[in-house]
Amino acid sequence: MSKPTLKDICTQTRRDILRMITAVNSGHPGGALGCTEFMVALYHKIMEHNPNSWDPDGRDQDVFFLSNGHLSSVWYSVLARCGYFPVSELFTFRHINSRLQGHPTCHQGLEGIRMASGSLGQGLSVAIGTALAKKLNGDKHLVYTLHGDGEIQEGQIWEAVMYAGAKGVDNIIATIDANGCQIDGTTDQVLALGNLENKFKAFGWDVVPVGDGNDIEQVTFALGKAKALSGKGKPVVVLMKTMMGHGVDFMMHTHKWHGKAPSQEQLEIALAQNPETILGDY
Amino acid sequence: MMKKYEILGSKDTRSGFGDALAELGNENPNIVALCADLTESLKMDKFASEHPDRFFQTGIAEANMICMAAGLTIGGKIPFTGTFANFSTARVYDQIRQSVAYSEKNVKICASHAGLTLGEDGATHQTLEDIGMMKMLPGMVVINPCDYNQTKAATRAVAEYVGPVYLRFGRPKVPVFIPEDMPFEIGKAVKLNEGKDVTIVATGHLVWEAVQAAEILEEKGISVDLINIHTIKPLDAAAIIDSVKVTGCIVTAEEHNIVGGLGESISSLLAQECPTPQEFVAVNDVFGESGTPARLMKKYHLDADAIVEKAEKVIARKNK
Repeated sequence: MSKPTLKDICTQTRRDILRMITAVNSGHPGGALGCTEFMVALYHKIMEHNPNSWDPDGRDQDVFFLSNGHLSSVWYSVLARCGYFPVSELFTFRHINSRLQGHPTCHQGLEGIRMASGSLGQGLSVAIGTALAKKLNGDKHLVYTLHGDGEIQEGQIWEAVMYAGAKGVDNIIATIDANGCQIDGTTDQVLALGNLENKFKAFGWDVVPVGDGNDIEQVTFALGKAKALSGKGKPVVVLMKTMMGHGVDFMMHTHKWHGKAPSQEQLEIALAQNPETILGDY
Repeated sequence: MMKKYEILGSKDTRSGFGDALAELGNENPNIVALCADLTESLKMDKFASEHPDRFFQTGIAEANMICMAAGLTIGGKIPFTGTFANFSTARVYDQIRQSVAYSEKNVKICASHAGLTLGEDGATHQTLEDIGMMKMLPGMVVINPCDYNQTKAATRAVAEYVGPVYLRFGRPKVPVFIPEDMPFEIGKAVKLNEGKDVTIVATGHLVWEAVQAAEILEEKGISVDLINIHTIKPLDAAAIIDSVKVTGCIVTAEEHNIVGGLGESISSLLAQECPTPQEFVAVNDVFGESGTPARLMKKYHLDADAIVEKAEKVIARKNK
């Protein structure tokens, strides 16, 4: 078998997301599809991590926290396909007695997950804690996070942004999934976020913008740049423009697919737009 | 004869926490501490000055502090967070629920100025609901020690224990009467006196009031089985059941709302295991107010006299 390309992994991840969510008729496809390139780039190109010997303490490796936990489907797919747990376990997503809860948790001991998330706004603070533990332990590895742009309406995010900036926690790379959409509409309609680049800079962060977060080369380049900026006294944020529902034509350009499962017919159309790769379906 | 308890001194329970934390800092390099702009009030200043690299001043941002503490456990740290009880619980309940309790993180949430004895600052700061909130979280250990020595021992015990803990203590100077060398076992009641007529179970600042109440009752010819519950969760069920099997009635005493407190945990236990007449010394589902701690404890019926009154009432109910 030839080696799958990053594009293959992205396509297969999208198939996993769509099939998992349709199978239980619940979940959040929009944001998960929009962040597929980011998650694949992070786990396959950027992070130093060790799926084959799972360490909940994350010692001597990079650590990732998904702060917007409703994107669990993309995370589960990427973790499974990296080897954290069997790909066949994706069948259990959101079913009773599963480790793959609707929102991610470490409660059931799922390899790859170190903190529960779902209630929004907590992941950046958690990441600061782990980043400080790494500094105390003399561990030079980095802590990565992903946040929704709607999520940063939570006040706690700004407590954390202020702390990391003021105290120079420079081993954190946060990424904002700037898809401009949330449950009730566009972020502009719901509560406009203003100029995020200026806001983060004003709080003492370095900012790396990404024009197209669904172009894996751009994402990989930006994360590499963020990595190069780390360790220089400032936390780093990647402001990544993405398209909610990317890869499925009828899910794009709308906020309607934030938390809605496709029908069986819609699934067939969506899968046809993302044909099975050499990795194969779970 | 009732066992005599000598007053060994007068100290605030929060100093027991602060002194133990400073000791722990010297003994275990994995102990870290976080405080939201109340370092002196929490008596964390000694730890902070001796271990500046392991002390994190978060500013007035309690939500960030709790989740930072949860994150610090990933990598093997043992974080102690410090702020007032109200800001340690109600303000950050969702953070504790998701990132500490549900995520099973080894965070020690240390809360000072609990209850009415916070005094003059008034009801905004006098939390009377914190025990209830914290005991409702699966896996959370809830501890409310009664004096300086017990708070110091409790702080050392929770550092050894692996898992989330809520440690509640207070502001005013109160009598020190627990011997310095008394071992502290999480989840284990302390029998302060053997008696046969009534069980009195007290926690926190109410324990000393209960000791005085037991002395008054003894003069009246009533023998008190006196139990100090420092760990509200997990509750020492055996100690309570064994006692009421002898006495047939019980008074619970705490500086907390009657809803959600120790008394409620005990009535739930007894309803299932050994139905027993019970009277409650607790705040009767109201908010507090400004005043000196002593005046407040009197006004809200949380003192030795209130315990005596409830003990006589519950004995009368038993004998009906």
